[in-house]
Amino acid sequence: MFEIISGIILLVGAFFVLVAAVGLIRLPDLLMRMHATTKAGTLGAGLILLAVAFTYGDVAVIAMVVATIIFIVLTAPVAAHMIGRSAYYVGIDLWQGTIVDELKKAYKEGKAGSDPQVKVEAEAESVSDDQKV
Amino acid sequence: MDFLTIAVNITFAALSISLILSLIRIMVGPSLPDRVVALDLVAFLVIGFIATYSISVEQPVFLDAAIVLALIAFLGTLAFARYVRYANTQIGE
Repeated sequence: MFEIISGIILLVGAFFVLVAAVGLIRLPDLLMRMHATTKAGTLGAGLILLAVAFTYGDVAVIAMVVATIIFIVLTAPVAAHMIGRSAYYVGIDLWQGTIVDELKKAYKEGKAGSDPQVKVEAEAESVSDDQKV
Repeated sequence: MDFLTIAVNITFAALSISLILSLIRIMVGPSLPDRVVALDLVAFLVIGFIATYSISVEQPVFLDAAIVLALIAFLGTLAFARYVRYANTQIGE
């Protein structure tokens, strides 16, 4: 009985991992690729680990699997946020169909609210622009 | 062959195809952040490989390697993000 549940969860996890990889290849933009890999990849890896827990049913294995899943779910959004922020700051090409870019205003005009780091980055960018001119 | 063996084989096939697609993105990716994102997905895929392999050979000790790999992948991604961010900055600027 548990083998069948484990096999089904394993297949669903494999499907989500495959969706993440196809999205990484097919989507046109760095931020969209991140959207595919972070969410679908996390879900796929978590489901495959959950299948391991259902296969063994041992307390030690279940504890290890739960710890791994919690760690992945906590760290994957942080890593994606760091990559996306630094990539946007460096200046990647957004998709040409992009309509709203609210972060552009904060970086260009220094309207970053109370986040001092963003202000410093906006000033640094204006300084580098002056040096280019 | 019972159902779990077939599911494990299908999962190995799907993970292999995903790994090939990710490596294509690492090769052709137009910018450095694209490659970093693809490497992040490769780490998740290898975690999935380790978990599936531990079902396949009935040895749950391999999950320790999965935990360590998750930790190292997170630290590596953070280091790459900082590297991308400060790549073109002069010292003292």
